Amino acid sequence: MAEAQNIPVGSTTAGQIAVAAESTVATRMSAPPSFDVADFPVPHGREEEWRFTPLERLRGLHDGTAVATGDGLQVTVEAPEGVTVETVGRDDARLGKAGTPVDRVAAQAYSAFEKAGVITVPKETVLTEPIRIAVRGEGGVAYGHQVVELGAFAEAVVVIDHTGDAVLAANVDYILGDGAKLTVVSVQDWDDKAVHVGQHNALIGRDATFKSFVVTFGGDLVRLHPRVAYAGTGGEAELFGLYFTDAGQHQEHRLLVDHNTPHCKSNVAYKGALQGDDAHAVWIGDVLIEAKAEGTDTYEMNRNLVLTDGARVDSVPNLEIETGEIVGAGHASATGRFDDEQLFYLMARGIPADEARRLVVRGFFAELVQQIGVDDIEERLLVKIDEELEATV
Amino acid sequence: MATLEIRDLRVTVEADNATKEILKGVDLTVKQGETHAIMGPNGSGKSTLAYSLAGHPKYTITGGSVTLDGEDVLEMSVDERARAGLFLAMQYPVEVPGVSVSNFLRTSATAIRGEAPKLRTWVKEVKEAMERLNMDPSFAERNVNEGFSGGEKKRHEILQLELLKPKIAILDETDSGLDVDALRVVSEGVNRVRESGEVGTLLITHYTRILRYIKPDHVHVFAAGRIAESGGAELADQLEAEGYDKYVKGGASA
Repeated sequence: MAEAQNIPVGSTTAGQIAVAAESTVATRMSAPPSFDVADFPVPHGREEEWRFTPLERLRGLHDGTAVATGDGLQVTVEAPEGVTVETVGRDDARLGKAGTPVDRVAAQAYSAFEKAGVITVPKETVLTEPIRIAVRGEGGVAYGHQVVELGAFAEAVVVIDHTGDAVLAANVDYILGDGAKLTVVSVQDWDDKAVHVGQHNALIGRDATFKSFVVTFGGDLVRLHPRVAYAGTGGEAELFGLYFTDAGQHQEHRLLVDHNTPHCKSNVAYKGALQGDDAHAVWIGDVLIEAKAEGTDTYEMNRNLVLTDGARVDSVPNLEIETGEIVGAGHASATGRFDDEQLFYLMARGIPADEARRLVVRGFFAELVQQIGVDDIEERLLVKIDEELEATV
Repeated sequence: MATLEIRDLRVTVEADNATKEILKGVDLTVKQGETHAIMGPNGSGKSTLAYSLAGHPKYTITGGSVTLDGEDVLEMSVDERARAGLFLAMQYPVEVPGVSVSNFLRTSATAIRGEAPKLRTWVKEVKEAMERLNMDPSFAERNVNEGFSGGEKKRHEILQLELLKPKIAILDETDSGLDVDALRVVSEGVNRVRESGEVGTLLITHYTRILRYIKPDHVHVFAAGRIAESGGAELADQLEAEGYDKYVKGGASA
């Protein structure tokens, strides 16, 4: 007895390492990337990139029926001195430089937004306080676009905090100049009904460092595409994610690291906890090492902790290697279960069931939370984790 | 004086869609300061007794009673039993990824003692207890039982025993899988706790080897779900010489 049962019912982990002439990353998409929504057919749900997503819960973001309501969203930006914060029109040349929409909703967002935000940190400016972007949903439908650009050797931390209720499709571009250092924390702390879909593109300059935390707690449906490409050699990307998927929630993170430049690094680590009936988390981790990207060093990892029956995880790491001249490449995915034996062991040491669960989940997330480095966000996440746990215990 | 009283305890388990009775009327009284060895062949129900006392959900109590100082243990949840003073050192301690030993020990001690131990004295207390068990300080930063060797797992169990100071300690095959050195270290740990006179010990074992280090006051032979014979330490010597044959043959199928 007392054997730990590690494979929960309702979880899949499928991984592959492809070494082939044909790109599975590219063939997986039903249309090539485009800024124009008309270039994408309306998804029917069986496409590779949509097969995990409940389309009926997208509230029309995918088929053109979701019309912006004009007052759906309040965006406030708090920035330290030296930072330029602008609201610009669609024709601004700085928009869309970090990446092209890869699916219909991202293209819909790009086709439908009226004003975009542009935040610029001039070259060699080192910020000591974070830039904070508060996105507060007020029950409407909204499309948006945000650009964050760091000049050469600039350093900044950006916190994008999503709260309230909204149906939102919005993309974010991060452009890092040579030697720049950018840390981004995107918190999806939505109310229960919110729908949020978006593509986050990072373009990393020569010797620049990009660190991203994607933290998803709330919403009815959240589907994000964090994507990274390199504009010069020596770039480094660390993509961290935490999600806590509750009963009925769909939280989907689809990552791509495109090693399109030699001698760049990437490290991906996403961790999720799930609890409750029909909690559904999807993690897709695509890493593409292009033929020219010699000297690449990459690792990606996804871990899930299933706390109750009735939750489902789909975890698909995919590493595609077109050159053998690399430093390292690997991936790992595992879904574990907080099982009755662990609970028994902790309780047999006097620890009540709810505290035992909290101990395990806090421990599970701790190593990622501690790396954020923004105190109030770290504290809020720990409080949030406790709240999520108390909701069911 | 703390007393654990087990009366006519009957326990079933569900296996292969059938209900199987494992414990068939166990009677035993363990008092603070006493050490009882329960010995028996594999499959006799020794571990079931241990886990049933701790409240593992796999086992269904179908009859009898268990009281600790008159309080009904069977009515208590697993954590309540631990806080009431029962401790089970497990044969197969469970891995708890993401939870460090130091965090686990402190959380547990806080629960058992009813208040958080003062940080300064606590750190010293843990450090000294670990030194006595020949445990490296780095052990405290590892995740609970994750990647531990068999010997490390058992030391970790005894470390908890020393720190939590229960009224009744149930040691389920703590000796199994240990080499002689580890067995000695672990036994010394148990003896330190016993010497306090504050704990009643229920030592469950298949082998007589551990009884060279831990001297029992009473020895019980467990066979076919109940205690088949009880005696003093000399009964262990008899088992050493003769084995369990007469109990297995004489009893029901184990």
